[in-house]
Amino acid sequence: MSFEYAPAPESRAITNIKPKYGHFIGGKFVAGSKHFPTINPATEEILSQIALAGKSDVDAAVKAARKAYNSTWSKMPGKERGKYLFRIARILQERAREFAVLETLDNGKPIRESRDTDIPLAAAHFFYHAGWADKLEYAGLGSSPKPLGVAGQIIPWNFPLLMLAWKVAPALATGNTVVLKPAESTSLTALLFAEVCQQAELPAGVVNIVTGDGSTGALIVNHPGIDKIAFTGSTEVGKIIARSVAPTKKSVTLELGGKGANIVFEDAAIDETVEGIIDGIFFNQGHVCCAGSRLLLQENIAEEVLHKLKKRMEKIRVGDPMDKNTDVGAINSKEQLAKIVELAKVGDAEGGQRWSPACELPKKGYWFAPTIFTGVTSAHRIAREEIFGPVLSVLTFRTPQEAIEKANNTPFGLSAGIWGEKGSRTLWAAQQLRAGVIWTNSFNKFDPTSPFGGYKESGWGREGGRHGLAAYLKSVSNEKGVM
Amino acid sequence: MNFYGLVDGSEASLKTYLSKLSGVDQVGANARAAMLATRSIKTTSKRWAIDTAISMVDLTTLEGADTVGKVQALCTKAVRPDPTDSSVPSVGAICVYNDMVGVARKHLDLIGGKHVPVAAVSTAFPSGRASIEVKVLDTQDAINAGASEIDMVIDRGAFLEGRLIDVFNEIVTIRQVCGDKAHLKVIFETGELVTYDNVRKASFLAMAAGADFIKTSTGKVAPAATAPVVLVMLEAVRDFYEMTQKRIGVKPAGGIRNTKDAIKQLVLVKETAGEEWLNSKLFRIGASALLNDLLMQRMKMDNGYYASPTYVSVD
Amino acid sequence: MSERIDVKKTYKLFINGAFPRSESGRTYEVKTSKGAFLANACQSSRKDLREAVVAARAAHNGWSKATAYNRGQILYRIAEMLQARTGEFVQEIMITTGVTKVKAEKEVLQAIDTLVWYAGWSDKISSLTGANNPVAGPFYNFTIPESMGVVAAVAPENPSLLGLIESIAPVITSGNTVIVLASTKAPLSAMSFAEVLATSDLPAGVINVLTGKKDEIAPWMASHMDIDAMDISGLSSKLTSEIKVAGAENLKRIYSFKGATAARITAFAESKTIWHTIGV
Repeated sequence: MSFEYAPAPESRAITNIKPKYGHFIGGKFVAGSKHFPTINPATEEILSQIALAGKSDVDAAVKAARKAYNSTWSKMPGKERGKYLFRIARILQERAREFAVLETLDNGKPIRESRDTDIPLAAAHFFYHAGWADKLEYAGLGSSPKPLGVAGQIIPWNFPLLMLAWKVAPALATGNTVVLKPAESTSLTALLFAEVCQQAELPAGVVNIVTGDGSTGALIVNHPGIDKIAFTGSTEVGKIIARSVAPTKKSVTLELGGKGANIVFEDAAIDETVEGIIDGIFFNQGHVCCAGSRLLLQENIAEEVLHKLKKRMEKIRVGDPMDKNTDVGAINSKEQLAKIVELAKVGDAEGGQRWSPACELPKKGYWFAPTIFTGVTSAHRIAREEIFGPVLSVLTFRTPQEAIEKANNTPFGLSAGIWGEKGSRTLWAAQQLRAGVIWTNSFNKFDPTSPFGGYKESGWGREGGRHGLAAYLKSVSNEKGVM
Repeated sequence: MNFYGLVDGSEASLKTYLSKLSGVDQVGANARAAMLATRSIKTTSKRWAIDTAISMVDLTTLEGADTVGKVQALCTKAVRPDPTDSSVPSVGAICVYNDMVGVARKHLDLIGGKHVPVAAVSTAFPSGRASIEVKVLDTQDAINAGASEIDMVIDRGAFLEGRLIDVFNEIVTIRQVCGDKAHLKVIFETGELVTYDNVRKASFLAMAAGADFIKTSTGKVAPAATAPVVLVMLEAVRDFYEMTQKRIGVKPAGGIRNTKDAIKQLVLVKETAGEEWLNSKLFRIGASALLNDLLMQRMKMDNGYYASPTYVSVD
Repeated sequence: MSERIDVKKTYKLFINGAFPRSESGRTYEVKTSKGAFLANACQSSRKDLREAVVAARAAHNGWSKATAYNRGQILYRIAEMLQARTGEFVQEIMITTGVTKVKAEKEVLQAIDTLVWYAGWSDKISSLTGANNPVAGPFYNFTIPESMGVVAAVAPENPSLLGLIESIAPVITSGNTVIVLASTKAPLSAMSFAEVLATSDLPAGVINVLTGKKDEIAPWMASHMDIDAMDISGLSSKLTSEIKVAGAENLKRIYSFKGATAARITAFAESKTIWHTIGV
């Protein structure tokens, strides 16, 4: 007998998914009118019916947020606001398992990742920002920075609860109230978060959650009662939002797409580099805006790295996201799968050499095997367009200068990776790269203290750290602010 | 000797060979080992892992207070770890000091344990601080007494001073003493080499010099067989196999005290070197307390309730 | 005896360290506050803008990688050169705008002091807006401000010299290069200022000065895909929306300001966060 891991499924008994959900407005769950199903992408099982918010729902949410802003939240001392955020952080920790299971069911990501990454980081984000609430005058934004008002927040489906935390925690810490819309295909953890707000006794209307699709998002973006738009999603939609708010006084932050270069120099620590390449592109099925989707290998080690990468990829465990030993789970939706399939076909047609390890994909659900394309150049579409799936394009370079030139040859500028043991060259490369987040000898690391965001078409502004606060504050004594 | 064609025996060729090794990023290696530690091993695979781990244990006593009685008792346990259950496999080997080799061999043969090899720690274990003449005699003595496995220590002082050729030559010499009578395990004492870069370098040096096994530690220095150190060594034997088509064994020793730790080691083996290494010919675990925990876990799986140390023998 | 005839200055553009005329051959009349003819200024075209962007892009790598100390010294050098020519600028401002000598002098001196103020910022902004981030793991993590790239600025109509300098100085302090469109009505001091720039050790292309019509050039700036950001402080608010819509095509960062502030430097800086493993 060989050492096959027996299935180790996480139990879903801890969750309590209702057959139908409404919106969370003014501290209460209110019924929706129209509904659409949310499914488990690993099984295609319908998990629940989610409400589609229309104009009246968004109006009600904005009204509740404005009322809470005027009557309580903007007047509350930061010290007290902070305590609510601490409470939320603690409740997220207490209910971490429940959130992890629900996230995996609704999103398709491996339970190992929702358990070890998404949920702990979401709690950490609230804990971090809680401490800011009464220290904003130290943030470099002037002696008495003020909140913007009501923030409309639209988040993506790749890290549902974590992206909620990235948006809600800084908004609340700085004294804003929010109307949040989770992604159409992943609303469940946001709705469970509404329960957390209730348990934390957060004043009614400080957090409002409306569910729906792009039409709901547009209602939020264009709502005259909203002072601030925070969006994470595609560059395409980001541009639409930028145009929509152009005639208004709304302030905007955008976290958009990327085509991150992961540069491997000849002296890189090879086994850890291979792990980093895997983390860079197969973490969360590659549904990561900052994914290292373009691998740039120095020519004299390309063959060795590719050989080791393929060997390593053969060990990736693709399958049931609820199994604790799964490394790569399901593609989040049918639409996303279709997009990945299409771009992979483009890669074939352009003459890229496609390779995937032998792996048996489940019959039901949406699946795509971890894939690499070799023989790719900067001119290939799969080296330029964001695939947002487990597909890696492999390019080569001859000199450090050429690596930088290729890495920067993109309208995006979100992330990049550098692998090498020579410190001076690593710092040189980090300086040359036009990207907001650069991981050296690592990839896809996140922390609430670390600002995240992109150059160029990857977005506006930063989230996390001291820099992230600027997205939700206006400097009153402008002459003193440096940020 | 041709050293797999990798080295010609000169210092220059050894330097060239080792200079081709890439570094190890400590954070990355730790992260990979930690990730593999989250693997959840259940039911049938756990049962298989426990029996496999038992067969891999180098049941060890390396104390100044070792006596004939103590060693004989250990031999008894090695052959039939659970006297009430004959389906439990014998352990991989008995590991003792040089002067106890004869005692162990004789007793094992007496009680039906001819299949259990005796491993002797050698070359002025654990410090390695003796002349090469003494180390050769030490090894020869153990082999004469019936040791079929030699666990030698490298000269860490020489390694850290940069006298890699001396470390290499010492392994070559002991390899020659072992001849075809004994397998050679080379102990690095990774807790003294400290960095993973050194562990990788020592691994490739020892393999080229003729080691059959590379082993982490003496058990006398902490930290010993940490998961990332074993990971780095497993990567080394995997890569060495690609270079030479020769599979070298790995033996973590020290600090592996319970079933959970042992299973984590097997996961490391499976996902790094591969299934081919998952047997006692290519993977051993140097331990003493571990065996009883494996037995208790085995009882729990068979009986469905938690076991008590009362029901496993203290030796 | 005949009266001596003055030698008048031809006002041209400043692109890539040189003083070309507009490729379009167009000029427009610049008049005194009382309506008398003063000079013909170049009416820049979109092609002049394009040339200026090429120059600014080419200059960006060198300027952004220059040391902060070096950038500070060059900003200070510009102030020195301007101080030396104070009288000339006072005259030009008085003639074009009709303000008193005292007021014109005040503007020029404030412009000089603004340059000095930003000169001192170049090597401090990183310390104040950068950060060491205590991430929960074995990583050294730090954030540094970096230039955005090529910035297009529309300078206010008035004060023409001070407004121009407030549009330029903070932008180049952090390593951006700039194309500035000067005050349409009072462009003369801007073009004379270009002469100051040409003698201040400033690398060619770091600052490019255009004159012309704002409603003609600003939309071309907004839609130019190789411009990373815009300072529209000098643009009529009626045009703001149109400019922002056009700028969305490459997600330009578009801001407007009042006065010289430190926030004006950081608005045109990107934050770069770098993680590195800590291990032996």
